[in-house]
Amino acid sequence: MTNLTGKTAIITGGSRGIGAEIARRFSDAGAKVVVNYSGSQEKAEAVVADIQANGGEAIAVKANVSDSEAVKAMVDETMNAFGSIDILVNNAGITRDNLMMRMKDDEWDDVINTNLKGVFICTKAVTRQMMKQRAGRIINIASIVGVMGNAGQANYVAAKAGVIGLTKTTARELASRNITANAVAPGFITTDMTDKLSEDIQKAMLTQIPLGRFGKPEEVAKAALFLASDDSSYMTGQTLHLDGGMVM
Amino acid sequence: MATVLERVTKVIVDRLGVEESEVKLEASFTGDLGADSLDVVELVMELEDEFDMEISDEDAENMSTVGDAVKYIESKQ
Repeated sequence: MTNLTGKTAIITGGSRGIGAEIARRFSDAGAKVVVNYSGSQEKAEAVVADIQANGGEAIAVKANVSDSEAVKAMVDETMNAFGSIDILVNNAGITRDNLMMRMKDDEWDDVINTNLKGVFICTKAVTRQMMKQRAGRIINIASIVGVMGNAGQANYVAAKAGVIGLTKTTARELASRNITANAVAPGFITTDMTDKLSEDIQKAMLTQIPLGRFGKPEEVAKAALFLASDDSSYMTGQTLHLDGGMVM
Repeated sequence: MATVLERVTKVIVDRLGVEESEVKLEASFTGDLGADSLDVVELVMELEDEFDMEISDEDAENMSTVGDAVKYIESKQ
């Protein structure tokens, strides 16, 4: 079994959906986990309580990922609590879907700020510590729509495509310090975010998936676990498609 | 109490893995001491920690030798 004993992982947006599942899996593998949240304090605390009940170590830390001061404070709190930062999972993300013709500037800005700028801010904030440690793993949760495009999600798609490019640059800049950066591009995964979509849209999506079903958060978490572990030591700058075969 | 030069020298020796005798005032980080661009960024961060100060990007760009760094730090103390 994959072993993360002694490692500390920060999971942004760790209070629910894919992030919460990653937090639980990483803890099961022995990691100390920082469950970051922005709004859902109760859910973040529930994830922490869950982890602690299973004998793991975790703390919940509030920080809006697009606020560099708040992120700095989260990094300091992590260092005070656990003494190292070995893994960062940039998972926090929001949607403000609308057809481009109707999309407001605010809807564009909110999504770019959280989903793309937030990845930049969090990566930058942990890099100093990882460089000192001469080791680190950065895992960015992108999306398959960042590869294929998606009507009604200009902001989200632009941000996720940006994350894939940012992953490659992070990988190149930090490779000499033994820090790897890889991305995961999930397809349609059953979470709060996708439950909001209408039944018609969900049905239409299903016809596009060769495996004929939606994915589960744990299927993304397992890939993130692989990227966080020594099993992926010779891999950097890559994007894993976890999409049931939507994009080949 | 160690001098600024002694403390700067220690940071450079630790970070770049060079011999103490190579760390002369006129030695340049990238030319003589073999630092790459990331090493220089790291060095500046470690000097900030060592001397508990902020070094702006503009000031950091003007530090190319050991002497530049020592002079800059002494001027801020």
